[in-house]
Amino acid sequence: MVQLTLPKNSKVKQGKVWPRPEGATNLREYRVYRWSPDDTENPRVDTYYVDLDDCGPMVLDGLIWIKNKIDPTLTFRRSCREGICGSCAMNIDGANTLACTKAMDDVGGAVRIYPLPHMPVVKDLVPDLSIPYAQLSSIEPWLQTVTPEPATEWKQSHEDRAKLDGLYECILCFCCQTSCPSYWWNGERYLGPAVLLQAYRWLIDSRDEATGERLDKLEDPFRLYRCHTIMNCTQTCPKGLNPAKAIAEIKKMMVERRV
Amino acid sequence: MADMRTPLNKVRGLGSARGGTEHFWRQRLTAVSNIPLIIFFIGFVAVYAGASYEEIRAALAQPVVALLIGFAFVSVLYHMRLGMQIIIEDYVHEEGWKIFLVILNTFFPIVVGATALYSLLRIAFGG
Repeated sequence: MVQLTLPKNSKVKQGKVWPRPEGATNLREYRVYRWSPDDTENPRVDTYYVDLDDCGPMVLDGLIWIKNKIDPTLTFRRSCREGICGSCAMNIDGANTLACTKAMDDVGGAVRIYPLPHMPVVKDLVPDLSIPYAQLSSIEPWLQTVTPEPATEWKQSHEDRAKLDGLYECILCFCCQTSCPSYWWNGERYLGPAVLLQAYRWLIDSRDEATGERLDKLEDPFRLYRCHTIMNCTQTCPKGLNPAKAIAEIKKMMVERRV
Repeated sequence: MADMRTPLNKVRGLGSARGGTEHFWRQRLTAVSNIPLIIFFIGFVAVYAGASYEEIRAALAQPVVALLIGFAFVSVLYHMRLGMQIIIEDYVHEEGWKIFLVILNTFFPIVVGATALYSLLRIAFGG
């Protein structure tokens, strides 16, 4: 059954308030979710103060500043710091987004940061994404053909190439995936918006010859039809993509091939 | 309890059911048919609100009215069954409960629908 309350050992408690940096006047408050697998403590929310005169403008800059200057145990993923690797996806100010492209100025009040929702937590802001990764590999996101490979390249018209716009840009940060209530309730059976967007990217690719087999694998009350057009995915995507539309297009293909 | 299954094992599960499109399509079809039928039904109730028992019985006995109300029952109940099944699948994960509720959800609209249609026929044919 759906759980509407957190289990006892997952209840989030008030954490430590770390001292303000000495001599700093331009401060920004951060409230960050902390949990460690190394002890038996409940998760807690720690409060930090970031010296804005010594720190970049993005939420990720603040996290890195905290890790370097205040608390080296604070754990989070980050890599490219420019919105292309998808590592620093987290829940900031109540919405999933990339810490590196979210400006502190766009957040009102304290910057509240939690890991991506409804995923097992590895530590602090690091979620365990092995299920979404397995779901991605289950849809076989690569070109599949029967025709012998041409000597040069698989050709594609400009119009057909344009159909991949709005799909190929996905960086697999799983902000949309973990924002979807349907995915929260049925995460192991429903493929989720990020994976279905990738599935559609290969369904609509004019060079791919496995469209029917791909649709067969998706045609399932849970894998595809758990999408109830809640639209959280499209609203939260930090790259401005539209997974909800991609899913609707897959449903249209399903109807088209039998009506 | 340590779960030693791989993520891919969990995700692949029992494989694709190769179905669900019919359910999806019928839900849309009944949604479309519900629009005029419910408008008619609400209109009928509004027009005959406060009318006497005999007047309403006579109105329901008219062939067009009886047919449209009959269609409205079938369309709404079928749509309700389809939608309720989705809700059960969304939120009830214990296999026994799920099957029990899905069965109940199938029987309920059949009983309600059969009762309603039988009553309507009795009225229409003046039983």
